[in-house]
Amino acid sequence: MRPQDLLAKAAHNTFRSKLRTTLTVLALFVGAFTLTLTTAVGAGVTDYVTTQVASLGADDVFIVTRTAATTTDGPTPYDPDTSSASDGTTAPGLPGTGSSDPLTEADLDELADFDGIVSVDPIQVAAVDYVEYEGGSRYELTINPTSSVTKSSLVAGKQLGDGSSARQLILPSDYVDALGFDDAESAIGSTVQLGITDVLGKQHTVDAEVVGVAQESLLSSGAGGNTTLVAELADVQAAGVDTGPARYAIAVAHFDTTLTAAQVDDLKGEITAAGFGAQTIQDQLGVIKTVIDGIIGVLNAFAIVALLAAAFGIVNTLLMSVQERTREIGLMKAMGMRSGAVFTLFSLEAIVIGLLGSAIGAGAAILLGTALSGALSAGPLAALPGLHILLFEPGSILGIMLLITAIAFLAGTLPARRAARKDPIESLRYE
Amino acid sequence: MHAETVIDAQGIGKEYGKGTERFAALRDVTLRISKGECVAIVGKSGSGKSTLMHLLALLDTPDTGTLAIDGVDARSLSRARLSELRNRTFGFVFQQFFLAPGTSVLDNVTLPLEIAGVPPRRRRERALAVLEGLDLAEKASSNANDLSGGQKQRVVIARALVGDPTVIFADEPTGNLDTATGGIVEDTLFALNRDRGITLIIVTHDEELASRCSRQIFLRDGAIVSDSGAPAVAA
Repeated sequence: MRPQDLLAKAAHNTFRSKLRTTLTVLALFVGAFTLTLTTAVGAGVTDYVTTQVASLGADDVFIVTRTAATTTDGPTPYDPDTSSASDGTTAPGLPGTGSSDPLTEADLDELADFDGIVSVDPIQVAAVDYVEYEGGSRYELTINPTSSVTKSSLVAGKQLGDGSSARQLILPSDYVDALGFDDAESAIGSTVQLGITDVLGKQHTVDAEVVGVAQESLLSSGAGGNTTLVAELADVQAAGVDTGPARYAIAVAHFDTTLTAAQVDDLKGEITAAGFGAQTIQDQLGVIKTVIDGIIGVLNAFAIVALLAAAFGIVNTLLMSVQERTREIGLMKAMGMRSGAVFTLFSLEAIVIGLLGSAIGAGAAILLGTALSGALSAGPLAALPGLHILLFEPGSILGIMLLITAIAFLAGTLPARRAARKDPIESLRYE
Repeated sequence: MHAETVIDAQGIGKEYGKGTERFAALRDVTLRISKGECVAIVGKSGSGKSTLMHLLALLDTPDTGTLAIDGVDARSLSRARLSELRNRTFGFVFQQFFLAPGTSVLDNVTLPLEIAGVPPRRRRERALAVLEGLDLAEKASSNANDLSGGQKQRVVIARALVGDPTVIFADEPTGNLDTATGGIVEDTLFALNRDRGITLIIVTHDEELASRCSRQIFLRDGAIVSDSGAPAVAA
């Protein structure tokens, strides 16, 4: 028999017993549907986290904090040279930085001495009161302390130029309308005024040029300011008053980009041993990813169990079909159909069932998932632009379909073998 | 002058069952069937007539003796060649029709050609021509289930005929039909033998049907008791 005839015949036979085929396909549908959705969730979240990390452009930095000394014998005695005052507030910015003791200049020098550390930059914190544009309404604004070392995911404009002597600002996208700009593009290049109160209670304004408009994201909230702007703001805030030794909540340590992952881990261990907390961006996200991977793994396991049950369904369906068509098989063999062709015919029927189940399941999952993803992005997840909780990748969908078809084929080999081995005479006599 | 021998069976026998249950369904049967003959294999149920047909049609292999088709020893052929030979040389008509339910008449008729690997167009043309010859052309697209018994059996004959076989085996072809429609089916079969020279081998217990054949082979308990056309007296 010609292969295309076998295939056509298999497809035709599949639809001869519609109810039975439908029920078998339904079992596969459940598996395909679940697998497609869980894989999409995994891909969606992974993709989001990856883009976030990539957009930060900070894969060669440790976020360093001072870990509070773990004391077992009561309060730590005060020493003006080494002790630093803790403000007890949560450091803004990156997740995981948490509350900590400030870092002193001495700490920064110590950090810079580690092998593999290229540079250590303290993150200055500037508490801006408001932002306004050409005398319009004033809005509160937070400048993200790590914005000068990381990149933002831009809607318009360009990244902060760290070496620039101009005071540069990146605005969060939701300030564009509020400040009275027509759109993100028209905000670029304009000068806004930042209001700041110094330690003596006097309010000043500092001009800053808008160089970019950024999307809010999981890792960078608030506005971004380059070093020049932040330093200027800090200066104004200090109002020439000596506030004692410089203290920083966090510092950013750039490490040698040629270091291997293992060396980075070692370096991190050394820094931690010296009483600092050092985390790469990946570390901070790794926890999130591990949890998500775990959840997806469990869901996938359920989907596989569903598929296994479906496989037995296929075996059962096709065994019944072989039994029912005993005489037909006998006739075909009597007419010269070879056992191999009979085997292929029944295997193809299993494959057709597998393809049907997986295609319908994946298709339904994509339809429902896209709608769900859209609704979630517009509703509960609106705060995280760029996050599509369900990401359907053609490659993985194809992979799922192949997997299910392969399972269907394997399940079909048992009945197909039974059909191929039938003796034509016995089969023709079968009542 | 003898016509060319199509089937030549020499002392073939077949046993079924195991151990003490074992019995000989067919014992030392020798017969030669020439091209264009119309042979009836007659016997009661259990006489071994079906077994003989299965052996002659290469659906089963004899335990003893030799069987040659067109002068070729069947034992020398591979399974693949046997299948091909059955497909090309033989047509089958069964008492129970064996039409695939829910499938059109045309698809049922083209089955042997499909198995042979003939392209769809040629299959269709050939099947329609055969159906035309049997006055079934207008039923080509009907569901095989919806036909009357007589029509079904003629579809089965069309299916047997479509591959242009040299031999048609008919196993109780009228067993499921009433006298009138059975008569039509018989006429159709004999016409094929008469007009086209197709060798017809009919297995039946119906002596009336058998009497319409030019040669009758009577079987009892797995052995030939009489053969009206034994080689010596062949017409």
